[in-house]
Amino acid sequence: MKTFRAAAVLILVVVCLGALFAPALAPFPYDRQFRDAPAAPPGGRFLLGADDIGRDRFSRLLYATRTSIVLAPAAAAVSVILALLVAAFSASVKPLRPVISVFTTICLALPWIFLFIILRAELPVDTGPVITVLLTFGLMGVAGWVWPARVFSASIVRMERSGWMLQSRAAGIPGWRIALVHAWPHLRATAIAQFRVLVPAYILAEASLGLLGLGVAEPLPSWGNLLGDLTRPDLVRANPWTLAPLILLMIVMISLEVLQTGPIPAGEID
Amino acid sequence: MRLILAALALTSLACQSVPKSGAPANELRISIAGDPKTFDPLQVAENHSETVRYLTAGVLVRVNRATGALEPELAESWKLSDDSRFISFHLRPGLKFSDGSPLDANDVARTLSRLVDPKEASPDGDKFRSGEANPSVTVTSPLDISIVYADPKPGLDRLFDTFPVTPRVLAKLPASAGPFFIAEYHPGEYVRLARNPNYWKHDSSGKQLPYLDSVRIDIQQNHDIELERFLHGEQHMVEHLDPAAFDRVEKAMPGAARSLGPSLNSDFMWFNQAPARTLPEWKRKWFTSAAFRHAVSLAINRADIARIVYLGRAHPAAGPISPANKFWFNASLQPLPFDPGAAAKDLTGDGFILRDGILYDRAGHRVEFSLITNAGNAVREHMAPLIQADLAKLGIKVNIVTLDFGSLIDRITKTLDYEAVLLGLNLEIDPLEVMNVWESSGPEHAWWPNEKTPATPWEARIDELEKIQASSGSRDVRKKAFDEVQRIAAEQEPIVYLVNPDYLCAIAPNLKGARPSVAPPQVWWNVEWLRLE
Repeated sequence: MKTFRAAAVLILVVVCLGALFAPALAPFPYDRQFRDAPAAPPGGRFLLGADDIGRDRFSRLLYATRTSIVLAPAAAAVSVILALLVAAFSASVKPLRPVISVFTTICLALPWIFLFIILRAELPVDTGPVITVLLTFGLMGVAGWVWPARVFSASIVRMERSGWMLQSRAAGIPGWRIALVHAWPHLRATAIAQFRVLVPAYILAEASLGLLGLGVAEPLPSWGNLLGDLTRPDLVRANPWTLAPLILLMIVMISLEVLQTGPIPAGEID
Repeated sequence: MRLILAALALTSLACQSVPKSGAPANELRISIAGDPKTFDPLQVAENHSETVRYLTAGVLVRVNRATGALEPELAESWKLSDDSRFISFHLRPGLKFSDGSPLDANDVARTLSRLVDPKEASPDGDKFRSGEANPSVTVTSPLDISIVYADPKPGLDRLFDTFPVTPRVLAKLPASAGPFFIAEYHPGEYVRLARNPNYWKHDSSGKQLPYLDSVRIDIQQNHDIELERFLHGEQHMVEHLDPAAFDRVEKAMPGAARSLGPSLNSDFMWFNQAPARTLPEWKRKWFTSAAFRHAVSLAINRADIARIVYLGRAHPAAGPISPANKFWFNASLQPLPFDPGAAAKDLTGDGFILRDGILYDRAGHRVEFSLITNAGNAVREHMAPLIQADLAKLGIKVNIVTLDFGSLIDRITKTLDYEAVLLGLNLEIDPLEVMNVWESSGPEHAWWPNEKTPATPWEARIDELEKIQASSGSRDVRKKAFDEVQRIAAEQEPIVYLVNPDYLCAIAPNLKGARPSVAPPQVWWNVEWLRLE
């Protein structure tokens, strides 16, 4: 297990470094069109070939990694923090708890994908590609608080019934102090686990939004819109190297998975 | 991925094995992408029903899709008055519907009165009315009928190409007077048409047509599966191929892939010229400037779009009408050459200033606009970045926004909250069909729908010409007027036409007698003459 974890960490570090130094590593700008070489096969000039309008696939993959691998964790962090805030609020204002619970259930039931389509359609059209990317991930982050909030609320309810909580309340320790000093260490491990679950979920979500043409606007590459090239099975069969983004995505997901299934952090044990 | 592909191939094989074993030898197999919504020939509003109607309905006259000439069908002869207000048909004697009931002039009269009856709400009703008025119909003998309109009705004779004579009683699967009748319908699976035993047409050797016994129309949404089935010999025709599929068919089955050169369709972009709340006045000033539009048009490399996006299977467009539309195309128009130098000069002449690779207008605003197009359309998603890169060379920044089709249409027709749009259209042959686009008061007047009064003198002139085009009985007068519309459109470029994609289809080598044409229904328009060997 340890070697697997080490390998996973190594892979993630390499991928992150590749993304970070994309401008230095990429042989060409991601939007440069070599119109003499549309759909060129891999070779000396283009490591992974060129896409249908003659852009270097390797350079685009590096930049796409940059977009996806930086923004997905950021969005996951936003979700987890929001969820913690909601859970804390619901714990401190007891009478509102049923209301918050119903609200959470409603949010869980919402068809988010349609909301994304509607939101995208309502955005001003002159929004630039960078803003669009940030908004897409931002929205995912904001919309994603529901699931972790459920988990946090459940943990809080369990803690409220625990002996140490009763004791600290009987001792007259103020609520904020209980929350920060006593409850938070118990929640931290759950929060980290939730964060790890959300990162790959958001990478995939962006990929599926990209397939719908909603995620990241041309010419900016993302894993999502690179995967969009794979919708033609006959073309993929003829040009297997176009699978590169899919393979990279799988490697990253597996690495994240391996990291997640590691030993249980100490804080989890009551 | 391989596994998925294998699974796909297996399922498609599994689907095919059923009809294959039981399929009659002399059966044509084609497919449509969805269930026909209706079998009532007078209620047809979409392509799938239209395919069934075309293959089954008996019409009075038919436009030969290969030559463009009007040919007799159920009507042996007809007479059209010079002012195109009056037409009379003389039917063939002894005509019968597929169920054996006789067909005479009364059936024609009844069909026409049903068609124009507002209660029927037939989608074709308006075409056969004149304004609000219905034509007056007189049956002079069982074989003769005359139809009179109050005002000239342009293209009156050709209109009857889409006029299906219907029997008195419309069954669920109605009888028909065309080469086939509807024999079976299995929703979601297929429609089977059987040969009409009472079809009037015979070949030169006296053999009754059609040659085929039946037509099986499979309902197949997935174009990839449709293509696989064709390549496995389980379907005889593919109505529309994209360029990549065309290359594949050409490799796998030499001679089966057919390219007819430019189709009637075109891809184009236009700028929003309507005074919309969301469009700043200074941007609108660029979009309403013919010099700006011309510069954009000059700077787009149409040849690259044809070569890269369509793999060489498209041609630069000259104007609103494709050269494939031989009669209506204004042959004096040429595609605009790719000339970024001239484009830059045009912009400078119009007060734009290029500084450090960025274009500014006279007031100092950076020239930047968003180009919307529909998501999920591979062709346009490739075309947009090419245009973006071409215009970047002029210092213009283009933001590409892909939207789902519904909200795109909403923006360009209702809210008008957009700057520029990239679209493509399947066009009909007759310019009457695109009246709404060119008339300034038209709801589809692309760059400014429902103008109260024409915004420019050239739009006023187009309005005049469209009026002539839509009311004159003479085809030549109409053509002359529409030629000028095309010339003005090419000069002013309210819509920047980019390319005409080629019409590509596939026809199995053992299917004889096919004469594909660019006019729909492109491949099976002469179905009664098709033979399987």
